[in-house]
Amino acid sequence: MAKTYQAGVKEYRETYWEPDYTPRESDVLACFKITPQPGVPREEAAAAVAAESSTGTWTTVWTDLLTDLEYYKGRAYAIEDVPGDDEAFYAFIAYPMGLFEEGSIVNMFTSIVGNVFGFKAVRALRLEDVRFPLWFVTTCPGPPHGIQVERDKMDKYGRPLLGCTIKPKLGLSAKNYGRAVYECLRGGLDFTKDDENVNSQPFMRWRDRFLFCQEAIEKAEAETGERKGHYLNVTAPTVEEMFKRAEFAKEIGTPIIMSDYLTLGWAAHQSLSKWCRDNGLLLHVHRAMHGVIDRNPNHGINFRVLTKMLRAMGGDHLHSGTVVGKLEGDRAATLGWIDLMRDSYIKEDRSRGIFFDQDWGRMPGVLPVASGGIHVWHMPALVTIFGDDSVLQFGGGTLGHPWGNAAGAAANRVALEACVQARNEGRELEKEGKDILTNAAKHSPELKMAMETWKEIKFEFETVDKLDVAHK
Amino acid sequence: MSNEVQDYASRLSDPNSRKMGTFSYIPVMTEEQIRKQVQYIVDQGWNPAIEHTEPEYASSHYWYMWKLPMFGETDVDRILEEIELCKKANPNNHVRLVGYDNYKQTQGANMVIYKAPLDEKKLEKMEIASTVKHYVKAHR
Repeated sequence: MAKTYQAGVKEYRETYWEPDYTPRESDVLACFKITPQPGVPREEAAAAVAAESSTGTWTTVWTDLLTDLEYYKGRAYAIEDVPGDDEAFYAFIAYPMGLFEEGSIVNMFTSIVGNVFGFKAVRALRLEDVRFPLWFVTTCPGPPHGIQVERDKMDKYGRPLLGCTIKPKLGLSAKNYGRAVYECLRGGLDFTKDDENVNSQPFMRWRDRFLFCQEAIEKAEAETGERKGHYLNVTAPTVEEMFKRAEFAKEIGTPIIMSDYLTLGWAAHQSLSKWCRDNGLLLHVHRAMHGVIDRNPNHGINFRVLTKMLRAMGGDHLHSGTVVGKLEGDRAATLGWIDLMRDSYIKEDRSRGIFFDQDWGRMPGVLPVASGGIHVWHMPALVTIFGDDSVLQFGGGTLGHPWGNAAGAAANRVALEACVQARNEGRELEKEGKDILTNAAKHSPELKMAMETWKEIKFEFETVDKLDVAHK
Repeated sequence: MSNEVQDYASRLSDPNSRKMGTFSYIPVMTEEQIRKQVQYIVDQGWNPAIEHTEPEYASSHYWYMWKLPMFGETDVDRILEEIELCKKANPNNHVRLVGYDNYKQTQGANMVIYKAPLDEKKLEKMEIASTVKHYVKAHR
């Protein structure tokens, strides 16, 4: 029966709170952590978030009655306490198929994390997790190549890959920069990396950097007989410029380029990712600005959501945090999102901060990249935490070796291979790590020197963004 | 150990600088160590396979297969025996052990377990640098 139109402000919960609703397989699901304004009931705040992130606005409008609002509205269908937090609560919201454009992360998140994040009825709002239904997954391009193809192209099997970000971050000339790349690669690393803020500054224009780095790659490949790469950063001020740099990278035969998906913008990033599949270049993805979005435990977007977005848009590598190094990262939460990068089906697991089952169908996986403040002594823990399908990047831990980059690279490679060998033999790496490394150093003066240089360094600051647990 | 070692020794002109993937930076494995790696491959449920090549062609993606991969083989001794047969029949070739993971559609393990003696003259003729470049370029 047709409804009559009544103008005015209605309570959101009359329309958008449906505790009896059973989510459909085709729904996009979201879990928000809501800190309401004092006096706003939980159901009303949850319903407000559902409304403002989907079909609703602050007042009733007559044109509501020209659409099937019952179908299109987002629904808050459950509310849960946040362990250890009396103010905030989790609200679960279901969005129906048809509300978002196929294959568009841009469109979906313009809705879900759009105006609602500035909404007055909530004091703070954090998107903790989303569930992409399979129909949405299959409309997204996904990683240009994926882990297996990368292993085949680069001819690397049965171990994590090794990388290093070239330092100092800024100021090296292109030729000196290429020298640092060559030394790392000939010493045994698989990859080196442009720093995220290396684009095309006056001290080193992109074209010079690309050419010198390519010579470094080719010489190191000839010298070691192994395949090598340097993530040439094509992040640029305009999309046209980005593609110009990517085309040149392809022309000189380099195997991998890099982008920063948050600062570059998602549309530009997804275009680049599709270009990478068409042109056979691997795509390394950095996450500058993520800390702005994901670090506050009460407001913003959890990194596991940014992870899912990137996998859907496409990228072959994504920085994940190291757990053990200088940068933020809770161990259980990190294990959760590295599985979201790599696995095809991830079960709900609150102990790792995963609120929904996620089915990726046959979409390829992304290699998690552990980078920042790590060195040879962290190797046993890193191999245990990350397993084979990962890239371990030692910046200072390679370049800071007293004998230089090649020796630093060799030390890391020897430490890695010794740990993988020991793991395969059934030894417990984190318990026997010291023994394993000490033994390996007997055959590697480079590793012995590295172990002497870094043994005292530890990173023991408390993590700011911890999983929500009762004893916080 | 002295602190005098400052340079990491590797040369384009020295064939001994050529590496071959996982475990090529640690000492060549003993028989007992190889047995443990074979056991690991079996324990993962992977299919063992043996490949070999002349050292001068080591940078190719494709080495010669020593028979078909040993699908479903879980007897470590049987696998080790096959490695010995391959070595005996190809004493001048490198030999590697592969563990095919058909679910992930990749090689879960791939390691050179026997390094053939390097015939320097032969290697020089091959102009390794250009060979490597050729193969690498073709796959990009």
